[in-house]
Amino acid sequence: MNTVITKILWALAYLIFAPLIGGLLEGMDRKISARMQRRVGPPLLQPFYDVGKLLHKQTISVTKSQSFLMLSYLFFMMITGVMFFIGTDILMCMFVLSTAAMFLYFAATVTSSPYSTIGASRELIQIMAYEPAVLLTCVGFYVVRKTFEVGSIIKADDSAIRYLPGVFVAFVFVLTIKMRKSPFDISTSHHPNQEVIKGVTAELGAKNLAYFQITEWYENVILMGIIGLFIINRNPISIPIAIVVVLAVYFLEILIDNCSARMKYTKMLFLAWTVTLIASGCNIWLLMMILGD
Amino acid sequence: MYAIPFLICFPLFVALLLGIAGKGKAGNVITIGGAGVIMLSSVAFFTYCAMNGFKSMELFYETELADRLILAGEILLMILVTVKCFIHKRYWISLLSIIPTGMIAYVEFTGEHEQIAHIYVDRLSALMCLIVGIIGSLIIIYAVGYMDGYHAHHKDIMDRRYYFFLLLFVFMGAMYGFVLSSSLIWLDFFWELTSVCSFMLIGYTRLEEAVTNSFRALWMNLFGGLALAIGIVYYYYTVGDLSFRKFIEEGVAGNPFSVIPITLMAFAALTKAAQLPFSPWLLGAMVAPTPSSALLHSATMVKAGVYVLIRLSPAFQDAATGNLTTTGTMISLIGGFTFCVASVMAIAQADAKRVLALSTVSNLGLMVACAGVGTPETIWACIFLMIFHAVSKALLFLDVGATENSLFSRDIENMHGLLIRLPRLAIFMFIGIAGMFLAPFGMLISKWSALRAMVDEKNMLTLIFIVFGSATTSFYWSKWMGKIIAHVNLDSTMPVKDVTKKSELFSLWIEAVMMILLCILFPFLSKVYVDPLLNDMFNSNGEVLPMSILYMLVIIITFVFAIPLITSAYSKHIASNMKMSYMGGINTGTNHNFVDSFGEPKKLFLTNYYFATRIGVRKLMLPSQIVTSAILLLMGCIIFGGAL
Repeated sequence: MNTVITKILWALAYLIFAPLIGGLLEGMDRKISARMQRRVGPPLLQPFYDVGKLLHKQTISVTKSQSFLMLSYLFFMMITGVMFFIGTDILMCMFVLSTAAMFLYFAATVTSSPYSTIGASRELIQIMAYEPAVLLTCVGFYVVRKTFEVGSIIKADDSAIRYLPGVFVAFVFVLTIKMRKSPFDISTSHHPNQEVIKGVTAELGAKNLAYFQITEWYENVILMGIIGLFIINRNPISIPIAIVVVLAVYFLEILIDNCSARMKYTKMLFLAWTVTLIASGCNIWLLMMILGD
Repeated sequence: MYAIPFLICFPLFVALLLGIAGKGKAGNVITIGGAGVIMLSSVAFFTYCAMNGFKSMELFYETELADRLILAGEILLMILVTVKCFIHKRYWISLLSIIPTGMIAYVEFTGEHEQIAHIYVDRLSALMCLIVGIIGSLIIIYAVGYMDGYHAHHKDIMDRRYYFFLLLFVFMGAMYGFVLSSSLIWLDFFWELTSVCSFMLIGYTRLEEAVTNSFRALWMNLFGGLALAIGIVYYYYTVGDLSFRKFIEEGVAGNPFSVIPITLMAFAALTKAAQLPFSPWLLGAMVAPTPSSALLHSATMVKAGVYVLIRLSPAFQDAATGNLTTTGTMISLIGGFTFCVASVMAIAQADAKRVLALSTVSNLGLMVACAGVGTPETIWACIFLMIFHAVSKALLFLDVGATENSLFSRDIENMHGLLIRLPRLAIFMFIGIAGMFLAPFGMLISKWSALRAMVDEKNMLTLIFIVFGSATTSFYWSKWMGKIIAHVNLDSTMPVKDVTKKSELFSLWIEAVMMILLCILFPFLSKVYVDPLLNDMFNSNGEVLPMSILYMLVIIITFVFAIPLITSAYSKHIASNMKMSYMGGINTGTNHNFVDSFGEPKKLFLTNYYFATRIGVRKLMLPSQIVTSAILLLMGCIIFGGAL
């Protein structure tokens, strides 16, 4: 019974705190980016003000179904997160995550707006680029821990990263794609005055854009959770270490974001798959050899 | 048990009836009636097996007459193929029919025959019968309406639809025979019969392209048949037996003489399942009218290859060491490679039928890879892939056919906004595609199981293929889905009339409902049917998939159906301000035009990414055929060298 209550608490904690953490991370992101560009930058809580304002605006849309698709995107992301944080099967989480991602694609493409559609197509290419690395990350955990269950993975004696450095590198690499950060902000483009006019989000206005923001916060917390999963073990000291690593990875993403220009999609696909094959693939392959019977 | 001869012979009888009195309206009546009876009898047969608790049955030891008939049939097929080959001046292909028939006939005439059971029924064959019976007859019922529309558009093609239906029925009989036979001679005959049916159906239109493609399909399938026949004869002269069951038992027990026949039979299965390097025959087969593509080249016939591999799979584990045999490694490698490469090629296709064809090849590859590894987990995945693939592909093919009849095109780019233009067909299409790759439909959970099993088996290459293949698979499906749901302004598009006939809708409805039911009932199905099937097969007991994952699936399934319903109900109440889409300020007042540099309105045209010049079939097919041929040759040499 106790475990059920813990699980419910974790689920609630995720649902309530994930947007807060995600929002704070984004606030930090903006602040640090601004400092890197020698600007003062917005206050830390600016993302919350923005979303609050968006939620109070009248919904503007090209087709009615956009709201429905964006809401589904949000809910599927929440389910993924709940599944992840109550410690269920990580591979299954990733499958549900990809279903969630599909709804964002639908919301963008359903408008038939040129910029939104181009953004949506490019979003699909991004998904194709990061998916192998994400799946191989789950496989990597399975090879080391003999289980896909997040709850059991964190109960090991030592950190998974000891065995999975290559998988970690590949995952951090595709994280940039998944978070749509430069040089891989191919589907959105950072600024509205660039070639695809914010791509997938071009036609999302007011509430719909707010849903998008909130979903991104939920998603980032899941992704950071996976980073944490590489570190956390049964020793409680690993938790602060995991938080430090997560923050370091996030900082790395901001740094990459700020010092690189957008790539062509072909190059992204090639790079992402090569890194996945070499870092993640070889890591797992060697591990299978060493850990063999 | 007279049900089994009835199942096999009744479709043949209907075919005969069609041949005699099938022209005109009478043909439609006979066809629909026949298909109805077949469907009901296969369901009845399955229920009968269920009431017996699916006890394995070995039947029909004395079959003097049937043996003679089958031999006569085999010779008849040989004559038919030879005549066709000579008419179309492809002389050498006839050899591929004459040689195996000669060998089998020689064995039949000269050999001493032990008494063996000729029919074997267990859970797997009962399941195959059910799939063939239901999906097959739905497709035939659909075909009645479809051929009307087809011949209305294609005036240049001679209307021989009774002949078309006739072949579909012959094929049904052959397929039943194939999955129920336990005699290697019978197996070989039904195998050849399905190959010949496929060949005749591909050539139905008699256009030059169709004839070329039909002969390609013929030689590739007969080549597999040749391997099968050599395997059977070799096995007969070394072990001295003709029972399929014994054949597998010998393989499991590690009889050195069964290595070569099993490899040859697995090779034959590769050709039938259109794996690389033999995939081109399936792509070419798409010139045939859609029902035959759906029935033979996606839902059932190609599954015969997978069925054989599932049967053989316990023999892919080395009896002494418990490791995968070289044959198993070869099969899973070819399957994995095909899964990955075919799905990459599918990205470059805009023709809906070609996408379906390549995705069939690709999914068959995944099934073959699973069967090749041959552990309970992978066979579990393989069986579910097979069930889901049969239903969703039948639905998709039939729907694309119906869409083509209404839209006069099967180019995916022309399906822009199909949801508004042909809502019914679009929704069916959407369900079919969702069944192919989205969570929580069975495809995905099978992939989950396959991935886990590949890790357990330390099969790194196949693992990489599956991981990359599933990324590319999502890409081509989702871009198609995006096209269907895209928004269009109604006034701008040409009005489209939905000309789908009642019989077509009947099949589409049932298949769509089946798809959703399968998705909901699938944990239950796994527990009561597939788990026991595997326990029979591997003499084990227990659950292949942990119950926790099945429970979780049920929860996910509930959410997947609930969330869109709730959100769409909620979003109806959101007051939204409708605006034009953003076009940098050069809108013309509608969403489908913009102002060009001359100040004139220009039509907006949106297309998907295809990368056709980089990863098209022309670019990738030959290299991948070379790679796979090399793998087959190399590993074949290792296997044969080790065994001889």
